[in-house]
Amino acid sequence: MSREAILAAIKKNQPATQVLPDLAGFSHAGPGDPEAFRKVVEALGGQVFEITSFDEIQPLVAEHYTDVSKVVTINPAYFAGAATQWQEGDGRQLEHVDLAIIPGQFGVAENGAIWVTESEIEVRVLPFITQHLAIVINKDKILPTMHDAYAYIGAPTTGFGAFIAGPSKTADIEQSLVLGAHGAKSLTVFMIG
Amino acid sequence: MEQKHKEHSVLAEAFNNNEPRVNWHDETLWWVRQKRDKMAWTLPEWEELREAASQIKHNVLGNLHDYLLAFEKNAIANGAVVHWAADAAEHNRIVLQLLQQQGVKRIVKSKSMLTEECHLNPYLAEHGIEVVDTDLGERIVQLAKEPPSHIVLPCIHKKKEEIGDLFHEHLGTPAGNADPKFLTAAARLHLRKEFIQSRVAITGVNFAVAETGEMVVCTNEGNADMGAHLADVHIACMGIEKIIPERKHLGVFLRLLARSATGQPITTYSSHFRKPKAGQQVHIVLVDNGRSRQLGREDFRNSLKCIRCGACMNTCPVYRRSGGHSYHNAIAGPIGSILAPNLDMKDYADLPFASTLCGSCSNVCPVKIDIHQQLYKWRQVLTKEGHTKKTKAAGMHAMNIVLSKPGLYKTAGGVGRWVMRTFPAVVNNGMNPWYKQREMPEAPKQSFADWYKKNRQ
Amino acid sequence: MKVGLFIPCYIDQFYPQVGIATLSLLEKLGCEVVYPQGQTCCGQPMANSGFEHLTAGCNELFVDHFQGFDYIVAPSGSCVLHIKDHLHVDHKEVAATHIRQRIYELSEFLTDVLKVENLPARFPHKVGIHQSCHGQRGLGLSQMSELVAAPFSKPQQLLQMVEGLELIDLKRTDECCGFGGTFCVFEEAVSVKMGKDRIADHVNNGAEYITGNDVSCLMHLEGILRRQHSHIKVLHIAEILNAGIN
Repeated sequence: MSREAILAAIKKNQPATQVLPDLAGFSHAGPGDPEAFRKVVEALGGQVFEITSFDEIQPLVAEHYTDVSKVVTINPAYFAGAATQWQEGDGRQLEHVDLAIIPGQFGVAENGAIWVTESEIEVRVLPFITQHLAIVINKDKILPTMHDAYAYIGAPTTGFGAFIAGPSKTADIEQSLVLGAHGAKSLTVFMIG
Repeated sequence: MEQKHKEHSVLAEAFNNNEPRVNWHDETLWWVRQKRDKMAWTLPEWEELREAASQIKHNVLGNLHDYLLAFEKNAIANGAVVHWAADAAEHNRIVLQLLQQQGVKRIVKSKSMLTEECHLNPYLAEHGIEVVDTDLGERIVQLAKEPPSHIVLPCIHKKKEEIGDLFHEHLGTPAGNADPKFLTAAARLHLRKEFIQSRVAITGVNFAVAETGEMVVCTNEGNADMGAHLADVHIACMGIEKIIPERKHLGVFLRLLARSATGQPITTYSSHFRKPKAGQQVHIVLVDNGRSRQLGREDFRNSLKCIRCGACMNTCPVYRRSGGHSYHNAIAGPIGSILAPNLDMKDYADLPFASTLCGSCSNVCPVKIDIHQQLYKWRQVLTKEGHTKKTKAAGMHAMNIVLSKPGLYKTAGGVGRWVMRTFPAVVNNGMNPWYKQREMPEAPKQSFADWYKKNRQ
Repeated sequence: MKVGLFIPCYIDQFYPQVGIATLSLLEKLGCEVVYPQGQTCCGQPMANSGFEHLTAGCNELFVDHFQGFDYIVAPSGSCVLHIKDHLHVDHKEVAATHIRQRIYELSEFLTDVLKVENLPARFPHKVGIHQSCHGQRGLGLSQMSELVAAPFSKPQQLLQMVEGLELIDLKRTDECCGFGGTFCVFEEAVSVKMGKDRIADHVNNGAEYITGNDVSCLMHLEGILRRQHSHIKVLHIAEILNAGIN
């Protein structure tokens, strides 16, 4: 009932239409700068490792994390001996995951954001509920800006996707920045290329 | 005139009783404004982006009817259930009904200024359902039994020591511990339990894309995602003005939102919810609550472009020195002051006057809302509708009479200055708000007009 | 070039020296200046309080006094902005339009119309500029700190021509002083706090004088300074630009 009333009121009150702006001027033809991307991720509190092979991930994890025992990974090539069958359940089974290593589709140089979708992470809550998050992206998949990002993504193909930029954080207490609010306490990006 | 609340000026005066605290509040928010400036300057195309965002939103206002229908169609095709609420009461009833169907008594909610506007939490509490706000700042003010004082920084008015005391009382943290890192970690543990246990999650919506029927929710903390992905039922509440036409327009808004809000290049999480996860129900509640009326007010419809970044609050010299609660409205500051009178002219008649019309708000607004001009226009509307104090109206009429008659003006000016020189106590007293903390200007013997007559004519 | 001098009501009554400095400066720069006797007010105090519908009398007086000039100049950004935005008289709209298009705040008149490039003024003091909002954000006298745009400042451009004058830098270059018309009495607490904070910025950066393009803001700041028994003085920009010219 309210639906019709609301729609009728809107139709009556909305102003004359105005054309949408052309956004072409904001787009870039070339690739984004991996170095700029790295700097932003670091400024956001993340760390970036450039690697040439997945084999480098496991030693780097051993070197840089002290509190990681339960690791889950999307791609077994990322990490030997990771948990298996973690996908089964409603997501709550991931409550005690220490580190999740997932692939990202691409990174955005202007803001350090990485695009991940349901098709890579399998369980939606994984990158959020894990204590620590690591994302693997190709070094040649860095785009300059968000305009380029949406041009690259095109029409959505999955039920869920997110840009993730750095670790979870809050500054709600007196504007003091604290990493690790509700989502992952840290973010590591493995840039392979 | 009877009002439910004390007026802004009264509440602001009380806020100013503690000057060091005002200084702290002002400096903290000014720092956020500076971070915003720094981020804006990293993009040479910043002003063009603002213009593009404003134009996209203008297109939305002109096509809202069709875009809402497209969004609804696509959202339903995606598997969501779409509800329409004419006002706050209907919104609250819809949410309650959904919760009652699930038989839940306790749920999690991430930040949604719409649910604040509708006073959802107290309504659900009356019906035996407890809402746990999961944004850290919102949880803090919830524990303190206060409303948020800022749309992006809900507990910006609170000192860490006060938060430490609250956490000690409610979460059992050690007394006297006010370290933000420690308190955040304590909240993380506390709220993880809530996320794990909660079967229903409410979230707000930052952008709803007509083209795809998807909703984008932006947080730094990850609380919207923790709630929505773990819940069996996800209820997303949004004002009808949150619609944007196409996915590519997100590129413009996500570049502007966090830079304007907190001086970050983007929020940590920008989550695109399109289809429910397997076995999950998604309900979208589209709320009007006065928005279609505002759409019809030519002078004020641009206020519906707002993307709730809070930049106008951070830059507002009055907001920084009066605190969010002095606006006695879910949305404080300059934008709140042009939105609120649409909801209730009488209740919020004071807000458009809680401004010097300095114009800084309009300049930082990422969608270029002419906020200070709307404040001016609301003043005219509110006065014409009779929401002005009788004493003020009488003063203005007297002023008009004097200023419209040159002879009377000359005499009054001369007499006034003579009185000020001869009997300064007539103006220099407690009845004169100017004199409370300021000296009156010295009254010269001759006006400029007198001087000119003597020296040039 | 025939210039009509608009001296807003509170300047006329309380700061005649600002009117005198403005007149003398314009005359020395070769303008033929006339002050129409009988002028009162632009109507802004009422309009900003929500009573724009009462300003018809002021508007008509204004048009009667200022029609027929090549330019109208006033030492107040705020009053000029009000006229530019709101001066309308139904049966005299041609004259009102001419006035709206031809009214200038003093500094922009000097930089944009007279194109003044040097002034024989001398004022050997440390001076802070208070950017009044209506002049800055309304008339565009200076670039605004919120925008990503090239900086400029018409008042600063003029003050830099004054011999011996040292401009100080402020921490917040263009924050409002809190005057705000009737805001200064209806929101007294916040108004005064804003004024005190602006003053502190000037004090902390070594100002001996605070200057600006709007006497209203300066009157508010002066009221606080005098209550604080401060040695810092306020002067309208016309008084400085006119200083030491003989």
